[in-house]
Amino acid sequence: MRITCPLCGPRDRREFYYYGSDDYLNRVTVEDGIDALDNFLFLRDNPAGVTRDLWYHETGCAQWLRVTRNTVTHEVLGAELVADIKKGAAK
Amino acid sequence: MRIEGKGQIDRNAPLTFKFDGRSYGGFKGDTLASALLANGVKLVGRSFKYHRPRGVLTAGSEEPSALVEIIGAANQTPNVRATVQEVFEGLTARSQNRWPSLRFDALAINDLAAPFLSAGFYYKTFMWPRAFWEGLYEPLIRRAAGLGSLSGKHDEGNYEKAFAFCDLLVVGAGPAGLMAALTAGRAGADVILADEDHRIGGRLLSDDGKIDGLTGPEWVAQVVAELKSLPNVRIMTRTTVTGAYDGGTFAALERVGLHKSGRADLPRECFWRIVAGRTVLAAGAIERPIAFPMNDRPGIMMAGAVRSYLNRYGVVPGRKVTVFANNDSARATARALMAAGVQVAAIIDSRPEASAVEDCPVYLGGQITDTKGRTGLAAISGTHVGGAFQIETDLLAMSGGWNPTLHLTCHMNGRPRWNPEIAAFVPSEGAVPGLRAAGAANGAFSTHACLAEGQRAAIDALAELGRVVAADTLPAAEDAPYRMTPLWQVEGKGRAWLDFGNDVTTKDVKQSAQEGYKSVEHMKRYTTQGMAPDQGKNSNVGALAVLADATGRGIPETGTTTYRPPFVPTSVAAIGAGGRGAGFAPQRFLTSDQASRDRLAPMVEAGLWYRPSYFPKPGEQTWRESCDREVMMVREAVGVADVSTLGKIDIQGRDAARFLDFVYTNTFSTLPVGRVRYGLMLREDGYVFDDGTTARLGENHYLMTTTTAAAGLVMRHLDFVHQAYCADWDLRFISVTESWAQFAIAGPKARDLLNSMLDAPLGDFPFMACGPVQIGGVTARLFRISFSGETGYEIAVPTRYGEALFRDLLARAETMGGGPYGMEALNVLRIEKGFITHAEIHGRVTAFDIGMEKMVSAKKDCIGKAAAARPGLMGAEREQLVGLRPFGDERITSGAHLFVPGLDLTRENSEGYITSVGWSPLFGKDLALGFLKDGRARIGQSIRVIDRLRKIDVLCEVCDPVFLDKEGEKLRA
Repeated sequence: MRITCPLCGPRDRREFYYYGSDDYLNRVTVEDGIDALDNFLFLRDNPAGVTRDLWYHETGCAQWLRVTRNTVTHEVLGAELVADIKKGAAK
Repeated sequence: MRIEGKGQIDRNAPLTFKFDGRSYGGFKGDTLASALLANGVKLVGRSFKYHRPRGVLTAGSEEPSALVEIIGAANQTPNVRATVQEVFEGLTARSQNRWPSLRFDALAINDLAAPFLSAGFYYKTFMWPRAFWEGLYEPLIRRAAGLGSLSGKHDEGNYEKAFAFCDLLVVGAGPAGLMAALTAGRAGADVILADEDHRIGGRLLSDDGKIDGLTGPEWVAQVVAELKSLPNVRIMTRTTVTGAYDGGTFAALERVGLHKSGRADLPRECFWRIVAGRTVLAAGAIERPIAFPMNDRPGIMMAGAVRSYLNRYGVVPGRKVTVFANNDSARATARALMAAGVQVAAIIDSRPEASAVEDCPVYLGGQITDTKGRTGLAAISGTHVGGAFQIETDLLAMSGGWNPTLHLTCHMNGRPRWNPEIAAFVPSEGAVPGLRAAGAANGAFSTHACLAEGQRAAIDALAELGRVVAADTLPAAEDAPYRMTPLWQVEGKGRAWLDFGNDVTTKDVKQSAQEGYKSVEHMKRYTTQGMAPDQGKNSNVGALAVLADATGRGIPETGTTTYRPPFVPTSVAAIGAGGRGAGFAPQRFLTSDQASRDRLAPMVEAGLWYRPSYFPKPGEQTWRESCDREVMMVREAVGVADVSTLGKIDIQGRDAARFLDFVYTNTFSTLPVGRVRYGLMLREDGYVFDDGTTARLGENHYLMTTTTAAAGLVMRHLDFVHQAYCADWDLRFISVTESWAQFAIAGPKARDLLNSMLDAPLGDFPFMACGPVQIGGVTARLFRISFSGETGYEIAVPTRYGEALFRDLLARAETMGGGPYGMEALNVLRIEKGFITHAEIHGRVTAFDIGMEKMVSAKKDCIGKAAAARPGLMGAEREQLVGLRPFGDERITSGAHLFVPGLDLTRENSEGYITSVGWSPLFGKDLALGFLKDGRARIGQSIRVIDRLRKIDVLCEVCDPVFLDKEGEKLRA
């Protein structure tokens, strides 16, 4: 499996650390309530098809990526920098 | 025997090698199989189950029978295919699965018992009595099972792994592969041409016929010369592409040193990961045997292999040859043999309508129904349209047609397609993204078709990569149609083998269907069909044809088993190259490493780091004596320890303070410059993640320390929090763990020791202060922090000064009654003081559990704050950090569980556990930290410490976790 890092180009998956769903980008706080918190921390979808998850280019540029890929075909459809997605969106 | 003037071996380079203790001669360019056959050695092994005599069947990597052990100076490699192993001077090989000798094998008795050893034998026989399984049946079966043997020693051979990248990967260098590589190479594409043979050319090296008026080998030589002249083409011989994976990644196994006599510096094999923009699979085809009665004797070979041995090696493994085939291509074997002056007794062609015009007798509509010869073929008998025949023959060349070598196309879940015209499976298009099959691998068998498909595949692949290439004129080559009428099995009295590797016969497959195992996947597992080292390359299609027949279905409905990587047997040593011993994990050494080893300190692993455990003095018999001395040394004088392994992260920017407030539970924006504060970090789920001190070096400049174990995890976490939650903030940070060497100086004489070294004496420097100091003209960072409870400093210098500073510190400390202390003493010191490590913050404890809930600031949000407030994460039901000490001087252990005296010792009654224990020389007893349900409310009570593994049952007092100097007077002194 190969992921095209927006900064480093196409790289072997061994350079990346896998975290989990991109749900983790939408952090909740105490005000959002316990259900929202539970959902944020523990409830993950498990789609057959296109999914988005977070990978860390640990032995590369130390950037977190949001990778779009297909769990059925294993096709990697794209990768963006988390920082780019979140710039301007920070609380 | 060798035929003069034939073959592509180097007759000027004779070699000697050994097989089963006897010396033989061969030539450079021989395989072990060709050299043995040239010497008249036909019997090379015993079969897996029936221990039947076996010879060489094929001339390629699909060989199921001729498996041998290769004995090297330091290696013994079992199950090596003699058809792949090249002969070199001094090669030593041994036959396997026989005792006491290859000619006389005691277990050949199994062959007589064959009627009882059919499919499912083990399942049916070794069921009862149940108690016999472990003691009797299993050891018995294990002893009899398997083929080659291992030396029992480590494989000390050198293996490598490597990565390669290209625009176009061409798998196989026969006519299709060569044409593809040539087309892409001429167009300037970056090409890798990989072939598992030691010589480029594929079947062109073995078959007669002309290309552009040249013989096969001549044309190949011309193409190879051109490819070698192209800097953008890499040719990899002896390299088998073993698997297709996601993203155009392929695995390949290269035999680097296996064909050369032992050279220590040469890797045996190299495991490649090749990343290709596009791929052309031109792996050719594998000829399939015919399952006729008693078809497994040495001397019965594939017709194409007989052609290979003749044309490539100048070897004919017989004097009187017969051919048995259902197709035209095997006729070429008979013609080539006759042209070389070898007697061909007959061609037995199963097709009644085939041509009978040859320079030898042709039996049309013929079938072989029996063979004779104990350790080698002597005679065959059968029927044909004109009646019966009996022929004395010592070499039978058989051909049941050809199966495209499509394995790689099925490695990503693709299923092959049945093509009734050639009665074979062919690759499904697009089964592996970016890969296209060409030539025989795609079911196109004539040389012309191979050349044309190879060229077309390269042009199409390059077009997808954005290169437009015009087709050159194709070389002229034969374009004979492939004429074949399926013949899978011949009925008769004797057994008819399908899988020679696992001794599976047509009877086993039929029995499997009869007993209800009708699915091809069930049949495979019931009979072990296709589970031998060749993975059914020779036999799977034949076996499922027999199964289809037995179940009354067609072959396409019957389907195939799953083709999985690797395509050929692949040594784990090659896949794991570089990962053995010290290669398994990187080793990190402190700047003080040599100085510690000079003092004979045993090293202990801390993550990837190596840290001194203790520093033995003359006369000390045990680690405890050293540890006790070091603890008292720190308490009474001064000790020095290297603490550089702690993670150090340099954080700068206008939002650095804000960021720290966000990742720590407590507040760092209020920390004055020149001060240090202890910080607690939570995971987002509310549990404790890590702790450490962070110093404010300047208004917008902090230095965070992490625990040794979590240094990498914290860095990853900070990167995530920054990029995901506050990407806009003005903030930069980097790990400086390896940039600074840092030493703890602890004890009542710590300040004296420091002052003896600093360029200017230390002024007012209160507890938790930090700042720059000069030492020998070098600017160092000084922190007044302590992990021992004593007056403590940590001094950090750029790494290059680390060793010198450490040696100097030790020399001075020793004049003051001090010295170095190791991990053992450090651990005791911190337990006495109740300081936690990852033994306590093990991932399942909250800030409340360790008594630090007040450190979670109410004034701000932080990572983990919301989740930490969930119900159940604080309160009396939680197991809370406590100290424990035995009433007497009994020993206790970490991992022990805590019980209320008088209650039953059941899992439900366990109220906690011990995380750390150390013998305190100060208190003269073991001190422990642990977690006890509602522990803080139970201080002063008694609790029973139970460790059933070590038979420990000790009554302990529950105490405050801080055993020593609760008020911290020593720290501030």
